[in-house]
Amino acid sequence: MKKFLTALLFAPLLAVASGAEVHLDKAPVSTDPAALQNGAKLFVNYCLNCHGASYMRYNRLEQIGLSEQMIRDNLMFTADKIGEPMRIAMQRDEAKQWFGAAPPDLTVIARSRASEVGSGADWLYTYLRGFYRDDTRPTGWNNVIFENVGMPHVLYELQGEQRGKVVEHEDSHGNKTKTIQVEPGKPGKMSAEEYDKATADLVSYLVWMGEPMAGARKTIGTFVIAFLGLLFVLSYLLKKNYWRDIH
Amino acid sequence: MTTKAQAVLDWVDERFPLTSSIKGHLTEYYAPKNFNFWYFFGSLALLVLVIQIVTGIFLVMHYKPDASLNASGVPVAFASVEYIMRDVPGGWIIRYMHSTGASAFFVVVYLHMFRGLLYGSYRKPRELIWIFGTLIFLALMAEAFMGYLLPWGQMSFWGAQVIVNLFSAIPVIGPDLSVVIRGDFVVSDATLNRFFSFHVIAVPLILIGLVVAHIVALHEVGSNNPDGVEIKKKKGADGHPLDGIPFHPYYTVKDIVGVVGFLIVFSFIVFFAPEGGGYFLEFNNFVPADPLKTPPHIAPVWYFTPFYSLLRAMVWPLLGIDAKFWGVVAMGGGVVIIAFLPWLDRSPVKSIRYRGPIYKSMLTAFVIAFFILGFLGTQPPSYAFFGVIPGAPVAQLLSLFYFLFFLTMPWWSKIDKCKPEPDRVTG
Repeated sequence: MKKFLTALLFAPLLAVASGAEVHLDKAPVSTDPAALQNGAKLFVNYCLNCHGASYMRYNRLEQIGLSEQMIRDNLMFTADKIGEPMRIAMQRDEAKQWFGAAPPDLTVIARSRASEVGSGADWLYTYLRGFYRDDTRPTGWNNVIFENVGMPHVLYELQGEQRGKVVEHEDSHGNKTKTIQVEPGKPGKMSAEEYDKATADLVSYLVWMGEPMAGARKTIGTFVIAFLGLLFVLSYLLKKNYWRDIH
Repeated sequence: MTTKAQAVLDWVDERFPLTSSIKGHLTEYYAPKNFNFWYFFGSLALLVLVIQIVTGIFLVMHYKPDASLNASGVPVAFASVEYIMRDVPGGWIIRYMHSTGASAFFVVVYLHMFRGLLYGSYRKPRELIWIFGTLIFLALMAEAFMGYLLPWGQMSFWGAQVIVNLFSAIPVIGPDLSVVIRGDFVVSDATLNRFFSFHVIAVPLILIGLVVAHIVALHEVGSNNPDGVEIKKKKGADGHPLDGIPFHPYYTVKDIVGVVGFLIVFSFIVFFAPEGGGYFLEFNNFVPADPLKTPPHIAPVWYFTPFYSLLRAMVWPLLGIDAKFWGVVAMGGGVVIIAFLPWLDRSPVKSIRYRGPIYKSMLTAFVIAFFILGFLGTQPPSYAFFGVIPGAPVAQLLSLFYFLFFLTMPWWSKIDKCKPEPDRVTG
């Protein structure tokens, strides 16, 4: 009976898991400094012109193994100071005219894009690899998981061009759904594997930037819980000792 | 104690009831000796209240209730939360403790309330304790709701928009009332600032006052226990209850075990899963509030969802008044009806240990209904279990059951076949 009731309690959760949703590719997120540094390079070169990261200070990049001088020399192209956040010069109202929507700040984008379908990293990884040519769009680009996206494919020189193909599905109830499948078109500077690796690094960087203290959080947490575990044993023994004459 | 310290204490005691308060509430407050696991959650609720107040004090030092956009086009309030998370030393831990604390507060309070249902803690002579408790729950809901607006993310904004709009459904005064609450025609900087004021000053004051009343009333009549028998009925030669033990040191040392156990779970969330899978910190709330972009699905935080389901269950306009109004009535009624339990329960016994099969099945069904209502509240109304069983009618049926549980209780609690209560606690 108890088992049945427990099963009943958790039934709704199973029901969620069984729901069909958008498919996201699993992002190979890394915390390796080399990957994060490569991601930072890509971010600064390709993203940080339209997107700001206005809660992220340049000198925090020291946390991923870069020296202040390296940051200045390789990752700072503007008049910003090392202690300042990664801001952009593009005006929001103009950006809105050009793209239809002002590009969002990317500092915490990896956290905001999480959903029950997958982590924010999975979404970004799928998104950055999901651009395809679409001449009906003003930018000439569209995206598999972000339909009619305002952003053009800024990494196209690396990835090359992909073509989109409409695939129709019919489920058991006869409902038709359309999805877009991409297939390779004009090649870019990178092979498919190299591009996957580059986007994985970029996504890893975005994940790190979303919560730079995540590593410290887990390290501290391990000590805190170990301490509390010890305290638990001691407090239990204390309680037992006090209670020994209570029956 | 040295004579000097004793002299100081005497001096104080002549002017302030220090020793007598310590005796009355701790060293000579006799609590039943048979408290079990369920009795941890009262002291834990107090602990979480302290965590929330202390972390809150530090958050206010850096948080800015300002909806205007900064140079980068981000609302100042939203940016100040990220500032706390990144640039304030230790800020992230304080903030995660506060955000996890909000959910933890509801976890322990729900378990604390469930304890009341298990052992009939609301029954005579503890009706006032229960009413104060229900008021604490209401105040807590207000506190959590207003606090949730402060990070000024998408869910903060649209959650507040949805809930404040509900007040506009009240006939005659509704539209004006919602403007008074918001301070504007939409949720705006004015709303953010007044919610901030309520969240950090007004509601905490009410909350602390109610908690004091709750504990004073409890210490007046004495604690219930898992057997639901009054320990004060059997007193020893010394005038103390035979089954009672002084709260201090016995329950202080026992509660330390509970506190440490709780802190282990709490720390696990704070340090390893602060987002709680999107239930404690909703993913969409990492997007700054945008009044022009309505999210496709607006879900309240998990602790409101059972009541949100009650709200959504009302879809019929009655007496010429909008269905929304009846939804508000259902949601409000769902909380208020809890306060009436002392008079709805007509059972001869208090504790579930001596209740009959009807109470046990009804309570089990109630808990399951509460869980499913809570789950459905996180989902859009179009949700269907396994893609086939539509969620909306299920929520309506369960909402009906929620109220029937209370409204028919006088009848079924009376006819239930109870076992005789023991004279003394059984351990």
